[in-house]
Amino acid sequence: MLTLQINGKSVEVDVDPDTPLLWVLRDVLGMTGTKYGCGTAECGVCTVHVDGRPVRSCSLPVGLIGPRKAIITIEGLQADPVAAAVRKAWLDIDVVQCGYCQPGQIMAAIALLKKIPNPTDEQIEAGMSGNLCRCGTYMRIRAAIRNVAAAQGATP
Amino acid sequence: MTSKRISSPALRRRQVLGGAGAFVLAAILPAGRSRGAGMLVEDATASFAPNAYIRIGSDNIVTMILPNIEMGQGIYTSSVMLMAEELGIDPQSVRIEAAPPGGGAEITGGSTSSMTEWMPLRQAGAAARTMLQQAAAARWSCAPGACVAQDGYILGPTGQRLSYGELAADAANLPVPKDVVLKTPAQFRLIGRPMHRLDSQVKVDGQAMFGIDVQVPGQKVGAVAACPVIGGHVGHVDTQAALKIRGVVAVLQIDDAVCVVADHYWAARKGLAALDVQWVEGPNATVDTQAIYRQLEGGLSSSAILADHHGDAQQAITQAHGRYSATYRQPLLAHATMEPINCTIHVRPDGCDIWTGTQVAERARDTTAEVTGLPKDRIRLHSQYIGGGFGRRLEHEYVTQAARFGRQVSHPLKIIWSREEDITRDRFRPAYLDHLEAGLDERGYITGLTHRIVGPAVVARWEPSGLGANGYDDDLSVGTVITPYTYPAYRLEFARREPPGVITAWWRGVGGTRGLFVVEGFIDELAQRAGVDPVAYRREMVRNNPRALAVLERVARESGWGTPLPPNCGRGVALQFAFGSYLATVAEIEMAGPHDVRIRRVTCAVDCGQVINPDQIAAQIEGGLIFGFSAALYNEITLEKGRVQQDNFHTWRVMRMNEAPGRIDVHLIESTESPGGIGETGTAAAAPALANAMAAVQKRRYRFLPLLSPLNQPSGHEKEQQG
Repeated sequence: MLTLQINGKSVEVDVDPDTPLLWVLRDVLGMTGTKYGCGTAECGVCTVHVDGRPVRSCSLPVGLIGPRKAIITIEGLQADPVAAAVRKAWLDIDVVQCGYCQPGQIMAAIALLKKIPNPTDEQIEAGMSGNLCRCGTYMRIRAAIRNVAAAQGATP
Repeated sequence: MTSKRISSPALRRRQVLGGAGAFVLAAILPAGRSRGAGMLVEDATASFAPNAYIRIGSDNIVTMILPNIEMGQGIYTSSVMLMAEELGIDPQSVRIEAAPPGGGAEITGGSTSSMTEWMPLRQAGAAARTMLQQAAAARWSCAPGACVAQDGYILGPTGQRLSYGELAADAANLPVPKDVVLKTPAQFRLIGRPMHRLDSQVKVDGQAMFGIDVQVPGQKVGAVAACPVIGGHVGHVDTQAALKIRGVVAVLQIDDAVCVVADHYWAARKGLAALDVQWVEGPNATVDTQAIYRQLEGGLSSSAILADHHGDAQQAITQAHGRYSATYRQPLLAHATMEPINCTIHVRPDGCDIWTGTQVAERARDTTAEVTGLPKDRIRLHSQYIGGGFGRRLEHEYVTQAARFGRQVSHPLKIIWSREEDITRDRFRPAYLDHLEAGLDERGYITGLTHRIVGPAVVARWEPSGLGANGYDDDLSVGTVITPYTYPAYRLEFARREPPGVITAWWRGVGGTRGLFVVEGFIDELAQRAGVDPVAYRREMVRNNPRALAVLERVARESGWGTPLPPNCGRGVALQFAFGSYLATVAEIEMAGPHDVRIRRVTCAVDCGQVINPDQIAAQIEGGLIFGFSAALYNEITLEKGRVQQDNFHTWRVMRMNEAPGRIDVHLIESTESPGGIGETGTAAAAPALANAMAAVQKRRYRFLPLLSPLNQPSGHEKEQQG
């Protein structure tokens, strides 16, 4: 049995320690908001937060995480004001198309904006270029992140 | 795909509507399944179902059943807008359901959805509204014409007010009106105005169910490997090591693939890695990319089908003041949708359920009937959100495969293809060679044009009845025969070559993507040869085509065409009429070196007829362009010994945000023409606009895709060999 902290709750899972976090989330715990795209940390659709940092869950064996690291998934953002602002910007700008990569994009954007509340365009690209989107929603993701930054900057 | 083939689904849909085909779909998912906005529902209970598309319950809940599947193109939103416009309700209040096969779900593809839905869905909404008005009129003993539908209520002449739900049971007893009056464009309250997508909320919350997310009680998960060479089959299999992996429950086989079944996907993947499979690779094990191109080269000088002609183009060229020719080449392309191929299936003795994302629901159902031997009406297909279509899910071989594995087990089985399986076993956009020759007058304009296409006829496998009597595939007409230009004399030939070792398929933009790269590149060459500005050259060619002229003038103005640029920068233009829409595109780029392309800005002017949801047209063009740029710059599937050499995103490069254009501006031209398709137009525009911009900067032509191929360098072959 391995103990993990997922979205504020302590969870016990009975899997081999080499099992990537992604498949524990999706197939053991039934949390399918985090997606599978490449299995090799190249596309970012599986992005979750571990202690606030964006991590590719497809390439993170659960045995390496330990019981005290805080894992946050797309399902665990209810009380997070940055997440709310990011989602609102995504809705305002109609970012999504097929939507498959968007949970990963949103997790990456939240992590970026928490680290750098008012990122430059270069910082947005550095923070987001690990996340692929085949529908080509990049223009709107950029715009949505700029919107969040502007709104946060306007709030004292 | 062209208009000839898309007309039949539209007809069938109209028949469904005219026949008042109220139908009931058994709800098989647990009743408690959450129903948020934008969540796909399966809802059998409704007291009023006037047609195949709308149900209204006495609880006032309106469910709309959508004939085209959502794969990112925004069709759920525009479909609901069309019905809600006529029905008189708030689109945000509608529950959405994917039509089942045989109940309206036909084929979603070819940028045809808005074209084919434009009338039937409005008629469906209007029919329901008319019946509700009649029901109210009967209650109030007044004329139906005195009852007004507004925001989910019928309002009576003396201030009466009843909700649609309150009238649903009465309306259900009325005959469906044969003729309904549709709103005029001046009366539109929804159509033509921006509306937020109805599927955004579930997608930003991570709640949208894609095929890969389906969880059926008791399901197991399978990792699949098919023979890496097309046409090969499974030889000897030793399951011992695989079955020892914790969680693995079974190893299944079909003739060309194996499936390791486990409690969860990772265990299945480990089991597959441990499985000892010997493949019998078959005759395609000798195929390499060069063999495919050699085969195409043979078609440049062989006999060919005469696909289209007017005047005597060959004579016009012979007699012309000047002549000019060029050969263009395009590679095999994979789809690489972000959601890898998957399908969940539960085959039982008395029936079967399928949960998947598909652009061809009916075909998916039918293939399952064939494999399982079950009657079609015992097979229920539950369409899920599609995590990227781009033509990939116009194929249904993964459903066939799932059925062949699924019939061997009693539990529900979800098969997931790894990204490697998804790319190497994709069905590819074909490779093509095109040769064009033009006769030119003293000013350098076309007097006659001959064009030979060498490549496969995708339709011959996909829908054999779509192949012309002469062996021609209409799809190749997009960008060639279907064009904004009028040539004094024209001849299109097709030398069909079906490549060995790969299966070819549709890919976003289909014939438009392949045809426009060639034709718009060639016209740019002719402009350059004539010493005429590329926009001015095209302007002369479309001077009698007002819609084409309008988009060209608009894009020239909005892009700042002709204004000075910094060093190493250039602009390229492409003009098109495809999928019923006119588009003019200008790409503005910077090339710091021969392999370093930065797309500074893209400007598009669009006339796609009557607009349903303007912001989503912009979204489709933005995304379509990026999809097209990605392939044009980077992508080529190659084979060695029958095996595909690209298998994940390190070898199948996809444009990232830092490589995306600095900005994309889409300008819509107001129009009352019938809606044209839009989902593929941007992709078709991307390669020619970019190639023409690169040609402007580098002062040499780009006739080979991908554009960064060494073949586009001066004396490319020698350079390629020197490495």
